[in-house]
Amino acid sequence: MLGLNNKDTKFLIIVILLTLSTPFVMQPFSESSAMAQFNGGYPDLMQRVAIFGIFAIGFNILFGLTGYLSFGHAAFLGVGSYSAVWMFKLLSMNIIPGIILAVIMSGLFALMIGYISLRRSGIYFSILTLAFAQMSYNLAYSVLTPITNGETGLQIRPNDLRILDGEGSSTYTNLFGLQMSSSAKWEVWGHLFTFNVGFYVCAFIAICSFYLSLRIFRSPFGLMLRAVKSNQNRMSYTGLNPRPYTLAAFVISGMYAGLAGGLLASMDPLAGAERMQWTVGGEVVVMTILGGAGTLLGPVLGAGAIKYLENIFSKINENVLHGWFDFLPDGLENLLVWVFARFTGDGWHLTLGLLFMMVVIFLPGGLMEGAERIRNRFGSKGDIDETGASTTKPAE
Amino acid sequence: MGILEVQNVNKSFGGLKALQNVNLSVEEGTIHAIIGPNGAGKSTLLNCFVGKLVPDTGSVTFNGQSLLGKKPYDINQMGVSRVFQTPEIFGDLTVFENVMIPCFAKRDGAFRMHAIERVEQEVDIREKAEKMLLDVDMADKMHMTASSMSRGDKRRLEMAMCLSQDPQLLLLDEPTAGMARADTNNTIELLARIQERRHITMAIIEHDMHVVFSLAQKISVLAQGTVIVEDLPENIKGHPKVKEAYLGEAAE
Repeated sequence: MLGLNNKDTKFLIIVILLTLSTPFVMQPFSESSAMAQFNGGYPDLMQRVAIFGIFAIGFNILFGLTGYLSFGHAAFLGVGSYSAVWMFKLLSMNIIPGIILAVIMSGLFALMIGYISLRRSGIYFSILTLAFAQMSYNLAYSVLTPITNGETGLQIRPNDLRILDGEGSSTYTNLFGLQMSSSAKWEVWGHLFTFNVGFYVCAFIAICSFYLSLRIFRSPFGLMLRAVKSNQNRMSYTGLNPRPYTLAAFVISGMYAGLAGGLLASMDPLAGAERMQWTVGGEVVVMTILGGAGTLLGPVLGAGAIKYLENIFSKINENVLHGWFDFLPDGLENLLVWVFARFTGDGWHLTLGLLFMMVVIFLPGGLMEGAERIRNRFGSKGDIDETGASTTKPAE
Repeated sequence: MGILEVQNVNKSFGGLKALQNVNLSVEEGTIHAIIGPNGAGKSTLLNCFVGKLVPDTGSVTFNGQSLLGKKPYDINQMGVSRVFQTPEIFGDLTVFENVMIPCFAKRDGAFRMHAIERVEQEVDIREKAEKMLLDVDMADKMHMTASSMSRGDKRRLEMAMCLSQDPQLLLLDEPTAGMARADTNNTIELLARIQERRHITMAIIEHDMHVVFSLAQKISVLAQGTVIVEDLPENIKGHPKVKEAYLGEAAE
């Protein structure tokens, strides 16, 4: 089906079901229970999981297959966001033109940056992309203020042009009239499930992105990208020019990033320079490695895990902690709260850093390798082979 | 006129003259061995054939076309394949994938964006690769990861990769270096078989005289960057200049 073999079709169907049921999966606890704060099934978070999943899927096509580690993909995310918001301002609040322009513009940017950066490989390539991302950030932040609105960020105003929508139209992003922010809620057995239009738009696009990446992984083009990672020297003595292959992978992953940026703007129509900061580019690297670089599903899981944990950990402030350790004597309570507070709330990045270190040291293949080990240990014969390229190689 | 013509090639690295006025002609359909003591410039010469190095002066032509300044992948697309001294293979990929890649390169050229097709459905490529692996007795290792094989198998795989492209000229850089006698004999037998069946022109750099005299139909002896003798194998054996080149090295 859809040009996939049986195994991959089954795999894709499972991914689709999993994606569509996210509102349930991320909302495991009843509203009244003490665990309710660990629920992640609200629209904003679910949208982000889907969007960063797309970002990571695209990044994995470059990093997972060719082994080229780019730190500059935040630039494409930003370009996508700015393009989309400009479309909302000028043309229509319908998200379709915005997303299309986001993909095209980021593709062009990726072509330009990739053409220059790919003259070098290894660490030099990484540094070049990092430099380009930082340049883009500074351009967006100050130099190109007329286009990007500098540090305030690009926003939607009631008096924007919006040629297609006409005067006095709504300033909410929509898909042919269906507002992104509208949700249906369903309360059952004390659980509250939210079905948000924006999330399902993101989820639909994420599934399409995943399907496309599955096709690329299985294609001769994907094989060539893995050849680039394995041995470029042999490749060129075999009559293949590695450069256009890597450039194509770079542009494709840049377009994925632009798509993610456009979707971010579609869910919340503003674009700021901070989206281009190198930390955002670093985040997608962490997601990909955490999930398992070079595997099909890994990056999506990595993105989901990080976004979910980020939200949960950031919400745990000192008040919450005091609530938890209430039963302890005062001195001990304060001590424990102080220790835990370093790792939660604003200290979430400390936890992320530790988690990342643990994964890189003990599970170099990421979460996917962990899943595989568990499966091997218990000898179950799951028939979905989620390691797309059957490579769970440690990241270089 | 040979399929590969080398005329007056000079190459120096700083003050070191690696090649001086090298002339060489490889006849179509023959096995031509290039021998010489260490540091004679054999590998430098080979690198000039495949686009890794560009000679300072002189010309290298293949089928009448100059190879100078061409990229390695262009030269390969013209029909020249090379086997390296230390096997260069795609270590992360399976043996089967290793052989499919050159088949794709042969069919689709240096770059093609075939992202929608599926490797599974490329029947002609798969058949060709399978046949090639049967040819070199590696069909049972098809699904092994290439890097996990023995050195001898890696070299055999590399040869299979080069042969799957049906090259007009196959360059071999010490194909039996570091091999046990039995493996060496296997390689000799394999190369002889290929030559007999496919009539591929080969240029071999080799130290092992057993290999050279078993295979070569013509031998060029390189010493200190120049070709001192180019002759039939039977005339090379007792040639005084060759003895001098080798013994001279040994005396140092």
